[in-house]
Amino acid sequence: MNPVLDIDGVRKRFTLHLRDGLQLPVLDGVSLQVGAGECVALVGPSGRGKSTLMKCLYGSYAVDEGSLWLHRASGERIDLARAEPRQVLALRRREIAYVSQFLRSLPRQPALDVVAERILEADPADPETDADPLDDTPYLAALEAARAQAGALLARLNLPEGLWGLPPATFSGGEQQRVNIARGFIEPARLLLLDEPTASLDAANRRVVIELIQEARRRGSAIVGIFHDEEVRDAVATRRFDFTES
Amino acid sequence: MSHPVLRVQGLGHRFEGARDGAWAVREAGFELHPGEVLAIVGESGSGKSTLLNCIAGRLAPAEGQVLYRCRDDREIDVHRVGERERRELSRTEWGFVEQQAHEGLRMNVSAGANVGERLMGQGERRYAALRDTATRWLARVELDPARLDDSPREFSGGMRQRLQIARNLVTRPRLVLMDEPTSGLDVSVQARLLDLIRLLVGRLHLSAIVVTHDLGVARLLAHRTLVMRQGRIVEQGLTDRVFDDPQHPYTQLLVSSVVSA
Repeated sequence: MNPVLDIDGVRKRFTLHLRDGLQLPVLDGVSLQVGAGECVALVGPSGRGKSTLMKCLYGSYAVDEGSLWLHRASGERIDLARAEPRQVLALRRREIAYVSQFLRSLPRQPALDVVAERILEADPADPETDADPLDDTPYLAALEAARAQAGALLARLNLPEGLWGLPPATFSGGEQQRVNIARGFIEPARLLLLDEPTASLDAANRRVVIELIQEARRRGSAIVGIFHDEEVRDAVATRRFDFTES
Repeated sequence: MSHPVLRVQGLGHRFEGARDGAWAVREAGFELHPGEVLAIVGESGSGKSTLLNCIAGRLAPAEGQVLYRCRDDREIDVHRVGERERRELSRTEWGFVEQQAHEGLRMNVSAGANVGERLMGQGERRYAALRDTATRWLARVELDPARLDDSPREFSGGMRQRLQIARNLVTRPRLVLMDEPTSGLDVSVQARLLDLIRLLVGRLHLSAIVVTHDLGVARLLAHRTLVMRQGRIVEQGLTDRVFDDPQHPYTQLLVSSVVSA
């Protein structure tokens, strides 16, 4: 197995200073390895820290102890628990994708651009060649190409074309989730984090998501997911990691 | 990895006549890398604007250093060089967007002249070229180029702020400092201005520091956020980590005080 992710003895507790310093231990020494092409389903009752682990991997939660080693395509490894902010941001642009339970997009940004922006971020313009701030031609050409790619994936996820130009804030839960999924899957990622990606989808769209996950596995992504839907979990997971005991 | 464009080390400032021990800024330190946007958040009186003014060379700090790496890769100590070199920096390498647009604009000359003047400062003298560039910059900040000859006095608050941004960006700065660039504007005007700032920072590959009391502004614009309280930086890090998993009691209080729409 080609390791992509090596989680070693991770501990995480929340200290609520506004509640007299109340301590909430959430992760107590979690260790887990995930290889290329594997999809590990985190299972166990709510409140055991499954989503917390995902947020620690994405970098939006701090880790108290332990390591989160990501083996990069370049052969180097980096400890996500100690990475600098700019390193985390660089990894998020290229190597780590996260489909969270709830879409958190920029206000006013159309659904199509929520997805297209991810493509532009993965391959940012070179400041040397993109030197004229008054000439939008190269930028618009890149944006149009990204939008075409984004539109194809939104169509595959059966999001009506009439919604593409609108900001997702007013969409239904299922529509927002499909925008979120498209954003997570539009660029191949080395590490893919999926938090309940199918929770509010109908059967047809669940099948599309299952296909997308299987395609990502075949491309060699390491996937960590939380799937309460057992049908989806059985279709995609190569292994389970149980949080009940931890 | 690239070198930081800015390094702030052990920076402290106290105002003349402040009571004993009252430092406006104390032991502030951070680095800013090319292309990074940093937000400085905190309540009124937390020292965030004082810190920004020390960085900009407008206030001489009592302690510490501000080191800036120029286009030609020289690193200079902003408060050690002479006034002339500091002014040269602010004309060629930096931009400063004031909260009050009228403080960053010349209100007695036309909109076009406000933009063209900064270019003239860099040596451009051809009238037609100045006018053409000014027109294109008005369009860039989504102002009607037909207003080129109008006075900024006739502009609304949001339009003046756009003009101030054009005046700053026309000289292609590498580092832009912004002091509460959207406060005092109507909510809808503020939203469109934020979208514009976000677009321009990305399109121009700028490094930027934004001082704001509005956590929403920090979340929207900044890669990293630094939280100040009583002159000290109490927490800094990736913006979403600072807001989603705040460690310091004061940051927890700030985040919990926001009413999410």
